[in-house]
Amino acid sequence: MLNNIYNIFFIPEIFLACSSFVCLLFGLFLKKNAFRQTSNLAVFVLLLTILLVYNDSESNFANYKSLFSHSSFINFFKILALLGSIASIIISKDYFLGIKLKNFEIPVLFLFSTLGMMLMIASNNLMSMYLAIELQSLSLYVAAAIKRDSISSAESGVKYFILGALSSGILLYGFSLIYGFTGSMNFDDISFYLSKYDNLNLGLIFGLVFVMVGLAFKVSAVPFHMWTPDVYEGAPNSITGFFAIVPKIAAVALIYRFCLVPFENFYLEWSQIILFLSIASMFLGAIAAIAQSNIKRLLAYSSIGHIGYILIALVAANDDGIKAASIYMFSYMIMNVAIFAILLSLKVKNEYLINISDLKGLSRSNPIVSLSISIIMLSMAGIPPFIGFFGKFYVFIAAIEQELYVLSVLGVLASVISAFYYLRIIKIMYFDESKSEGIINFKISFQSKIILFLSLFLIICFIFYPSLLINISASLTI
Amino acid sequence: MIDWPLVSVIIFLPLIGALIILFIKEDELTSINIKWAALLTTLGTFILSLILWLQFDYSNPSYQYEEKFRWFDDFNFFYHVGVDGISLFMILLSTFLTPLCILASWNNIKKRVKEYMLSFLFLETVMIGMFASIDILLFYIFFEAVLIPMYLIIGIWGGNRRIYASFKFFLYTLLGSVLMLIAIIVMYRNTSSMSIEFLQGNYFSYNTQLFLWLAFFASFAVKIPMWPFHTWLPDAHVEAPTAGSVILAGVLLKMGGYGFIRFSLGMLPEATEFFIPLIMTLSIVAIVYTSLVALAQTDIKKLIAYSSVAHMGIVTIGIFLVNQQGLEGAMMQMISHGLVSAALFLCVGVIYDRMHTREIEFYGGLVQRMPLYATVFMIFMLGSVGLPGTSGFIGEFLVIVGAFKVSSYVVIGAAFGIILSAVYMLYLYKRIIFGTITNNKLADILDINTREKIILIPLAISVILLGIFPNLFLDPMRLSLELIITNYEIANAK
Repeated sequence: MLNNIYNIFFIPEIFLACSSFVCLLFGLFLKKNAFRQTSNLAVFVLLLTILLVYNDSESNFANYKSLFSHSSFINFFKILALLGSIASIIISKDYFLGIKLKNFEIPVLFLFSTLGMMLMIASNNLMSMYLAIELQSLSLYVAAAIKRDSISSAESGVKYFILGALSSGILLYGFSLIYGFTGSMNFDDISFYLSKYDNLNLGLIFGLVFVMVGLAFKVSAVPFHMWTPDVYEGAPNSITGFFAIVPKIAAVALIYRFCLVPFENFYLEWSQIILFLSIASMFLGAIAAIAQSNIKRLLAYSSIGHIGYILIALVAANDDGIKAASIYMFSYMIMNVAIFAILLSLKVKNEYLINISDLKGLSRSNPIVSLSISIIMLSMAGIPPFIGFFGKFYVFIAAIEQELYVLSVLGVLASVISAFYYLRIIKIMYFDESKSEGIINFKISFQSKIILFLSLFLIICFIFYPSLLINISASLTI
Repeated sequence: MIDWPLVSVIIFLPLIGALIILFIKEDELTSINIKWAALLTTLGTFILSLILWLQFDYSNPSYQYEEKFRWFDDFNFFYHVGVDGISLFMILLSTFLTPLCILASWNNIKKRVKEYMLSFLFLETVMIGMFASIDILLFYIFFEAVLIPMYLIIGIWGGNRRIYASFKFFLYTLLGSVLMLIAIIVMYRNTSSMSIEFLQGNYFSYNTQLFLWLAFFASFAVKIPMWPFHTWLPDAHVEAPTAGSVILAGVLLKMGGYGFIRFSLGMLPEATEFFIPLIMTLSIVAIVYTSLVALAQTDIKKLIAYSSVAHMGIVTIGIFLVNQQGLEGAMMQMISHGLVSAALFLCVGVIYDRMHTREIEFYGGLVQRMPLYATVFMIFMLGSVGLPGTSGFIGEFLVIVGAFKVSSYVVIGAAFGIILSAVYMLYLYKRIIFGTITNNKLADILDINTREKIILIPLAISVILLGIFPNLFLDPMRLSLELIITNYEIANAK
């Protein structure tokens, strides 16, 4: 219980909100090195927030009359999002300094967006869910367009904003339908109300479909993925890194909670939608990535593909599915952190690397970097013994537990197709002879090096002691 | 018995060697150190694996040298390794061929020696690990991990069309093996166990067996390879460097046969009974068709690659006869093919290193300049044809004896294939070795040097040894094979 009014600051979200304002002011009044100092402070704040989430402090109070919920699943994903956000701030610091984009607002925007994500993951009410999504998205719209003098960055920001606003509108319309037909905004109340009925009426089905469309946009599942490659391509690399790593975590947690809490009894209705999204994402992600020459577009399609696999676990909708999703999301985050830590430090002729073909000859000039990229790519393709394999493995366990044989077979087929473009990157680095050597240089700061090393360590060594992560994810309840 | 974890040491010794090599800096002078480190590691592994054979208990049909540790807390997945009569010689084959491969690449691999040796040592670890796994998921992890080093070996050090070949190899085999993953999960779901031992006595319902069988078939038929899934093999063989072809033909193809025995026969007996006609048909088509294709080849390596498909056809016939002679024949044929085809690829490598071409037309009359080479080549060529006294004879003979018990049509098919194999191998030998030297470039070609003798002579000795004392190899595997056949017959009698 609340003994002391100051304890309110130990609620992770409130702590993060207040600290974000402090960071903003801190950056504003700092004359020199504002960007660097604010980034460091932001990392520190996020670390403290992780501690608070981990300690579960004041969790009862934080529910605010059931606006938010509290469970081990929520805490796990919150910590995942916070970790991803810390990693992406650290690895992008040098990049921002390198392209002379020193606005101290960037880490602050990341903080606000992370706050939005934490609320999103925890939300237990349609209204709080919508507000959290908007807080998260608005920060990201600005972040995408932060490089004001670059046309492509502005274009990607506007594109993201327009499509994001559209999807928010659809989402909101869905909410209003659900509210209209159930008379409540609270997840538990909706669930209680719906438990009296055997099937959904037409209005609720429409509401459900609209919400699914909105959420599919947020996780960038096919056919609502169009924004992803363009935004990834246009935004500065480090912002792309943030997009790839963090918001996906929150959106996936949200779509899980939305399907499994208020609509848990109407599996048949929503699982068909998710099933379609899943298959379409896996195959489009695998096939469209083959023709890409821009590494950021390739990673965009790769993330669309990964979302497809996570949605398989959602279709399975059992305890194994939740476990699989958390393991998969963890591996996804680790692999993306690793690949972006490398991409943000690779320069070709003094320009940051964009074209895949520029990786040519990397295995000669930087054998360790190219080995790391190969390991990450093989892991993303789901080749054992790396962590990516276990993510996929648990997803298929969940699917087969639910007797989704056709979906599993389609899933593995898509993974074979996607192996092609991951292998293509290894091929470019190792098999292609390059005429011009030494134009690639790899310069990485000490902090990013630690992040890179840790994530590679997890990718390679997960197999030796898997029980740590698996026991945690097995105990998660939604 | 041995009280230290012998099998694990054999599995991970090459990996430790690889870790050491990782920290040797590579330049002109030190690349020789890398080669020596790799050679000594693989030789050490081979010597350790000989202990496996010497200490092997012939009267025990099940696994020996078992090691078992719990690995995943949430489901019954163990680090569980051991050796039985079936896997013993597969492991020995891997450990025997890898040092020879390293020796064979001593001079002709000039770029990226370090990566090359790392790939080979990693490859050795996963090959041995795969044959020694008693846990089905562990088997799968090793089975797929084989693709990584092999992809790099073909892709980096291969010939002109190496990129095409490496992609084809990787994607083809991956497609097969992911279906196996689904099958493994289904098996786990039905039994809550991943132990191969447990699953071999615990059968699934008939319909489940049929689906599982097809999934396993997809991965092993690509791997072994059976017609019509063999098209990746000629490409991979032709483009791979010599040592890559040796491992590919010598060990990787055996993974398919090994899988058929362990999984299809051992775990899915009723489905196997149902699918036997399919396998027999495919095998006979494979033998006759690929033999004829081999006859028409102009590239020596491609010819041997097609002959591998034909020989593997005899192996699949032997396995799916499911009687003692058939299975023993199939095992002998696998070991023999592992030695003979590896040696043939090494022989091709010898002249390729000198002349940098594999066109049959280019050669002719080599016996004039290379008498020693002509002799060892003849031993392996006759081994491949199956002349009595060589290893090839034992396998083919046993398979045909076993086939008589089942169907004379199969015998006719298999025998026809053996005749054809004599035709294309002798024809090849005649064109390359006999006659007078017509090509001026061959006028001063040198006979095999000491390094090549060290590689080829142990192989020649073991081919003949296998042909004269087959019981040396058949005795350890007999009881393990009997166990599989007994279980199979009990399951189908029900």
